[in-house]
Amino acid sequence: MTHPSDTGPAPVLALRDISKSFGAVRALRNVSLELFPGEVHALAGENGAGKSTLIKTLAGVHRPDAGQVLLDGEPVVFHGPGDARDAGIAVIYQEPTLFPDLSIAENIFMGRQPRRAIGRIDHKATHEATAGLMRRLGVELDPDRPARGLSIADQQIVEIAKALSFDARVLIMDEPTAALTGSEVARLFGVVRTLREQGAAVLFISHRLEEIFEICQRVTTLRDGAWIASEPLDGMTEDDLVRRMVGRDLDELYPKQDVTPGEVALSVRRLTREGVFTDVSFEVRCGEIVGLAGLVGAGRTEVARAVFGVDRWDAGEVEVGGRKLTNGAPSTAMAAGLALVPEDRRAQGLVMDMSIERNIGLTGLRTTRRAGLVDRGAERSRSLDWAVKLQVKYARIADAVSTLSGGNQQKVVLAKWLATGPKVLIVDEPTRGIDVGTKAEVHRLLSQLAADGVAVLMISSDLPEILGMADRVLVMHEGRLTAEIPRTDATEETVMAAATGRAA
Amino acid sequence: MPESLSRAVRWDTVVGALLVVVLLFSLGFVDGFGNSLNLSFLIGNTLPIALIALPMTLLVVAGEIDLSVASTAGLSGAVMGALWNQGMTIETIIPLCLVLGAVCGLVNGLLVTRLGLPSLAVTIGTLAAYRGIAQIVLGSDAVTDFPTQYLDFAAGRLGDTFLPQAFLPFLVLLAIAVVTLHATPFGRSLFAIGAAEEAARFAGIRVKRHKLILFVATGLMSALTGVFWALHYASARYDNATGLELSVVAAVLLGGIDFDGGKGTLGGAVAGVFLLGALQNVMSLVNVSAQSQIVVTGVLLVISVLGPRVARQIEVARAGRRAASAPVSKAPAPTS
Repeated sequence: MTHPSDTGPAPVLALRDISKSFGAVRALRNVSLELFPGEVHALAGENGAGKSTLIKTLAGVHRPDAGQVLLDGEPVVFHGPGDARDAGIAVIYQEPTLFPDLSIAENIFMGRQPRRAIGRIDHKATHEATAGLMRRLGVELDPDRPARGLSIADQQIVEIAKALSFDARVLIMDEPTAALTGSEVARLFGVVRTLREQGAAVLFISHRLEEIFEICQRVTTLRDGAWIASEPLDGMTEDDLVRRMVGRDLDELYPKQDVTPGEVALSVRRLTREGVFTDVSFEVRCGEIVGLAGLVGAGRTEVARAVFGVDRWDAGEVEVGGRKLTNGAPSTAMAAGLALVPEDRRAQGLVMDMSIERNIGLTGLRTTRRAGLVDRGAERSRSLDWAVKLQVKYARIADAVSTLSGGNQQKVVLAKWLATGPKVLIVDEPTRGIDVGTKAEVHRLLSQLAADGVAVLMISSDLPEILGMADRVLVMHEGRLTAEIPRTDATEETVMAAATGRAA
Repeated sequence: MPESLSRAVRWDTVVGALLVVVLLFSLGFVDGFGNSLNLSFLIGNTLPIALIALPMTLLVVAGEIDLSVASTAGLSGAVMGALWNQGMTIETIIPLCLVLGAVCGLVNGLLVTRLGLPSLAVTIGTLAAYRGIAQIVLGSDAVTDFPTQYLDFAAGRLGDTFLPQAFLPFLVLLAIAVVTLHATPFGRSLFAIGAAEEAARFAGIRVKRHKLILFVATGLMSALTGVFWALHYASARYDNATGLELSVVAAVLLGGIDFDGGKGTLGGAVAGVFLLGALQNVMSLVNVSAQSQIVVTGVLLVISVLGPRVARQIEVARAGRRAASAPVSKAPAPTS
């Protein structure tokens, strides 16, 4: 292990040889980690590497089977999250839950508001204290504003302020940027730097490697529950880090094959849904991967939903393989050869309580029946085939999909749709929340599909993914298509200019 | 057995075993239970619950409910009596009653699927409305003079056995319901709709159409039950089958059908129906009053909602200890 220096400050929090098992599964094996005041420390690893278990151990949710947690060099035992909080450890989750009808100040001081005589809440003191916290963080948020309607980014700021109000010295941020836009990430990083300068220790988890390199000084890598390395990020490359995480050299992250586009497979003409998107026209050809970029809320997902038929459109038309689609009818879209991998795999992509097999079978109920009944043999062979092709890691094909990791769940969603043999595949945020190894697999799969003649429309907020995979990039801004950029001209600058409404 | 049902299956088995225990106990210890006349009463009195429980099971699996079933049955019986008084032939009346039942179901279904209203509220409304119409149609009359061959069929037994003649048609309907729920794409879709309606929609399943069909089928079966009821008891009155919805819902939930949708088997539901029927029969034999029987049914309903849930929590707690290492992408709120 490398320390900043042997004579430097002592770690505020340290884990020594922590092990934790759940039944036969060894989630953590002899993991050690040191957090120093004034550092932002990355925790890297694929899905299932043990990051969540480690965080929960630090937060007092899990008690380790073996090993020690040291606070300021003294061994401590957390009996619950309250103990960890009292010790100055705070966890900021990806999607905070605030009381929507209470103000920011009331949320921060919930249950421990400053009091006046006979127990009345001192609103003025609450307000002042909150304003002070916001000043410390360098953000402008009105303490009296209700939490309802705050963006996820603002809600995270409120959570951070709350942590500070508990005098937290260690902040654990679990994928805080997953749902943020570019400018929100920049502001969050500004806050993190402020905290660091004030001497806080931050443990930062993100699947976006460029963020790790931007904000963190050191990184601890886990793989399959085991500690791999703790080291400074200076001098490391993204490839080095990926190699630590996956334990081998990763094939290219964006393995895009060159394909000559064929005939038009998806044609969207002047599609409008009042108040959501307006006059959207584009085509996707067989063999093409077309990226659909834009800020969150620009209307990309909404266009995909309308094209597939989950929402109705008010004007325009959609053709798949020359067949006009019926407004608001996913079943006719499927019959025409359209497939949609939706953005929310838990609510939209999968029936979480159903088996892997039945989830994959769900899209084939109409096409693979025998004598009007579900053909269970065909259902099983279809799901086994695709689970193998996509290398889904599962114990039994009859297990509920909720038992799988996020990346494997996403593969099941892909399998479910690829099994329909689509002509046109729309994927909405296909790699959100997925580890880098699985991400490369999904990209290779999309590239292969395009090479086999499938027309792919890829919606993504991950700009490197769009630039790395798309033959053409369509950009939406405030419900309108503002640019179509060929692969050769697509750069972060040109895409972001169109996405933010600035002239390219 | 399919894994998505495995927890419910365990509950089914519990209910099935309980049914056997109650039957054996009653045969051994309850005077008059085992004679064939009583057994035929038991089955005959339980058939109305069983008939409506078939579509109700599918409806609850799909995440909806229909509380207007008893009123629809009452309306169907009342209309049957009124038309018979008008001099219409029974062969014309029965199909008309069935159509009426389907229309009652259609009204429920349209209110739920087109207007997006919760079925619990809608069908409490139509529970009152359909019963009110029944009273308007027939007043306080009781019509009893239906053709004897029909009365004999509805009350008669199969040869020397204790089985009612109507048991055979019930078996046919049961077979149709079992195949529909557990072997057809339609039935498979119902489980998906009940477990995750949005995901079902994204898989191209026509959620509203499925639900509408179920409401119509439920109305139809309720009307058929109303016809059977009037003939079985040789009495068509506006208040026939009052309160039957309580027994149907209690029996279905007792059979392990999850009130939140997405889980359960018809085998469990039918076991629940006959368990409830057997308990009601035994209570009558040992002179428990009708009012007290309703209390017992109500308590059973609460237990049947609680039972599978407690069983599942124990199961989840056990599984949780085994699989808590699975990566969690969304963690709960940290504080407060």
